[in-house]
Amino acid sequence: MEATAVKKYTYKDFVSDQEVRWCPGCDDYVILNSMQKALPEMGVEKENVVFVSGIGCSSRFPYYMNTYGVHSIHGRAPGIASGVKLANPNLSVWIITGDGDAMAIGGNHFIHVLRRNIDLNIVLFNNEIYGLTKGQFSPTSLVGQKTKSSPYGNTQPPFSPGELALGANARFYARIGGNNPKAMTQIFIEAHRFKGTSLIEVLQNCVIFNDGCFTDVTDKEVKDDRQIYLEHGKPMIFGKNSEKGLVLKGLKLEVVIIGENGITEKDLLVHDAKEKDPTLHQMLVRLEYPIATGIIRAFDDVTLEEREDELTKKIKANSKYKKTDDLFFSGETYEVK
Amino acid sequence: MSIESKTLQPEELQAVVIRFVGDSGDGMQLTGTQFSDTSAMFGNDIATFPNYPSEIRAPQGSLYGVSGFQVHIGSVEVSTPGDSVDLLVAMNPAALKTNLYALKPGHTIIVDKDSFNKKNLEKAFYTTNPLEDGSLEGYRVIEVDMSTLTKEALKDVAGLDNKAITRSKNMFALGMVYWMYNRSTDHTVDFFNKKFKNKPELVEANTKVLNAGFYFAETLELIPNSFTVSPAKMKPGTYRIIMGNTATAWGLLAASEKSGLELFLGSYPITPATDILHELVKHKHFGVKAFQAEDEIAGITSAIGAAFAGDLAITTTSGPGLALKGEALGLAMMIELPLVVINVQRGGPSTGLPTKTEQSDLLQAMYGRNGESPVIVIAAGTPADCFNFAYEAARLALEHMTPVVLLTDGYIANGSAPWKIKSVAEMPEIKNRKVTKAVENWHPYNRDPKTLARDWAVPGTPGLEHRVGGLEKDSVTGDVNYVPENHQVMTNTRAEKIKRVQDNIPDLKVEYAQEGDLLVVGWGGTYGTLHSAVKEITEEGYKNIGFAHFNYINPMPKNTEEVFKKFKKIIVCELNSGQFAFILRANFGKFDFQQINKVQGLPFSNDELIQKFKQLL
Repeated sequence: MEATAVKKYTYKDFVSDQEVRWCPGCDDYVILNSMQKALPEMGVEKENVVFVSGIGCSSRFPYYMNTYGVHSIHGRAPGIASGVKLANPNLSVWIITGDGDAMAIGGNHFIHVLRRNIDLNIVLFNNEIYGLTKGQFSPTSLVGQKTKSSPYGNTQPPFSPGELALGANARFYARIGGNNPKAMTQIFIEAHRFKGTSLIEVLQNCVIFNDGCFTDVTDKEVKDDRQIYLEHGKPMIFGKNSEKGLVLKGLKLEVVIIGENGITEKDLLVHDAKEKDPTLHQMLVRLEYPIATGIIRAFDDVTLEEREDELTKKIKANSKYKKTDDLFFSGETYEVK
Repeated sequence: MSIESKTLQPEELQAVVIRFVGDSGDGMQLTGTQFSDTSAMFGNDIATFPNYPSEIRAPQGSLYGVSGFQVHIGSVEVSTPGDSVDLLVAMNPAALKTNLYALKPGHTIIVDKDSFNKKNLEKAFYTTNPLEDGSLEGYRVIEVDMSTLTKEALKDVAGLDNKAITRSKNMFALGMVYWMYNRSTDHTVDFFNKKFKNKPELVEANTKVLNAGFYFAETLELIPNSFTVSPAKMKPGTYRIIMGNTATAWGLLAASEKSGLELFLGSYPITPATDILHELVKHKHFGVKAFQAEDEIAGITSAIGAAFAGDLAITTTSGPGLALKGEALGLAMMIELPLVVINVQRGGPSTGLPTKTEQSDLLQAMYGRNGESPVIVIAAGTPADCFNFAYEAARLALEHMTPVVLLTDGYIANGSAPWKIKSVAEMPEIKNRKVTKAVENWHPYNRDPKTLARDWAVPGTPGLEHRVGGLEKDSVTGDVNYVPENHQVMTNTRAEKIKRVQDNIPDLKVEYAQEGDLLVVGWGGTYGTLHSAVKEITEEGYKNIGFAHFNYINPMPKNTEEVFKKFKKIIVCELNSGQFAFILRANFGKFDFQQINKVQGLPFSNDELIQKFKQLL
């Protein structure tokens, strides 16, 4: 994919001629711009990029990208994207989905695509609500949340996308605030480079039906204190003045303050996204304070297409069947004269 | 051992139907396959049909654990596995009880007498032993102590346990039947040598038992002179015995090679379609990409993705699976991608009768989607025909940029018959609509003015980046478009595109009388039974009956009305309550369509068809 003489692109090359129709102020614009900025950095030819979406606000995304694209049916983008990638492994294939699309109607496909580890990238726009159908609770809505379909408060406990993904053996999982284009762009580039299925959960604000759903963690005023941005190989530090950190105490992550009780930077956990064992990644995903963002897990593993390719090469090399005639006329045939 | 001496006259038979039945573990499928393969190599025309329980390991000796294999061999053309049976080989009481109905009066039953013990009789709910109570008086019963004789034959073979000994008694029965029909045991001995290459004791044991059965039959003076079924007159060429599902898979392989496109199969296991998946996964050497998905929907959506990316894309299923695929099939129709959907029909509705046959998914294939969503629907007629129609489904999908639903059914999918092997070189050309270079002002819905098929620009082609999707598209640019008039134009175009497939399919053929009193109409997997019934009634002297069988259902051949006009009466025969008749009435309202229908999970029988044809004449 990273061919030697890839054309130089700018973000404009990835902007299609279609008018973008999301609500003013929606985080979806941030995601779109971040993607259009990330693509020129990926070293991939425009004609080798495919965006596949399901149904929902987020799923309009492919229309706005000047690449190949399929706006498919509700929840089914993983199936279509898997077929595209298996048919032509040279393509950079992106699934664009939302919390309802991925985890309600498409829940089965979502876990299986993660399990198989095909080299695909999934951008999950999580706004904890159904937007396009105008405001019903989704599988990530909170208990008690009042929505059009839960006027007295939602009674269904939610999924945590990260926990679900790691449970389904996701090799790459990142989480990022919808108002953080700079980090998002970088994560998209890293996801593209990662061989295997990458899942990026964007905490995306819905200005109309669930406004402010993530402000307590993503708001500029609080984000440094409420989020920890993880980077592989670096100590787990956060806080406005980088004064806080994470340590492991027993089976729990604990927030400590550097300089207090003799704690120094050396006592802090160092993030290892590439670790095969997902235990610590799970703990980071579950952490409520601070909320872990950045690339939480990036474990290198064999991809499905690598396995298939190896098998196919081996079988082709040893097979007596080169053409279908070899097969049709083989074995128990007989002549009628 | 006692044999009723109602001796049949030795004769040169034109055709014989034999049914091997026993417990699931008795090896009846193998016995039947060996007999049919040997007969085919001898030059007979054959048709076979397996009948096995849906339970994987049903309790031994139980009625629902009976497994059977029927084979029809002929010195004349054989087009069905046969209705009634000339020879029934029953390995236990349950097998006898569940299959006796099919035996022609006065004909022969071979039973393993050893298995008619108290326990097995009770399991089959016999209160008295049918071998002793006179209930089989109307038949010729050959009682053989098969288990005892098998043990005896193997007493000198070292290294066999009791189980292995018991399991080879089917070969005793096969040996007897080989002798009765003048067949050589060579083919089966070769088979043992290959199958048990590393287990010489099993080769020896099976060969011994097979020969023991053969010689036992020979020395039994009470068996009448053996029958012979001479070779049939078939077109010269190289043949093999092929099962419908294998033929379907091979037709797809041939289409892949001819079109130069890689084959992608997205599928989820479902009876009776899974054998197509089983067959295609073997062929990675041809570049086949077979993807077992997490469900039926992912089966079809992965195929849609592969079609978008430029592969020859297939999904295979049976009735309930087609229902699950409905929405995605609508998407494939909407974004106008080539896709082959194979539905091996089974008894419905709901889970229905998974291992039985029916033609009740026709309306689902035609209309089982939201909105106006026409697709091509075709149907294969015989096991060997599955090769041609799988190939044809791929050809039409690629040339017309549309999903094609190919209907087969459990009867032809599991049945086998001789296939005159076709080389890919003999198959018709397959063109596809791929655009490989950027074109000025190109739009994804650019169409061939003649067929209305759109262009196929696949990812990786520079300058043709475009988006497709399930939303209605502008008829020119392909952009999302909600304008009422545009929707009308696109709806009409999609319908017209399918209608124009008529120019790319052959005319409807009429067999037997070309005009006259009665036209027998069928479609799909009933070809064999209908053909055989029309043939028989014609040979009886009814010369005014024609037979028109449809393989192309949507669209129908151009000359359909012309054919209908030539007959006074039309009778539509199908294994459902009248779905094709319903479609015919909607399209050809001026004709009066009468119906023969059957929804029992079983094929038509010759007799029931002929009787009804006669009532109309």
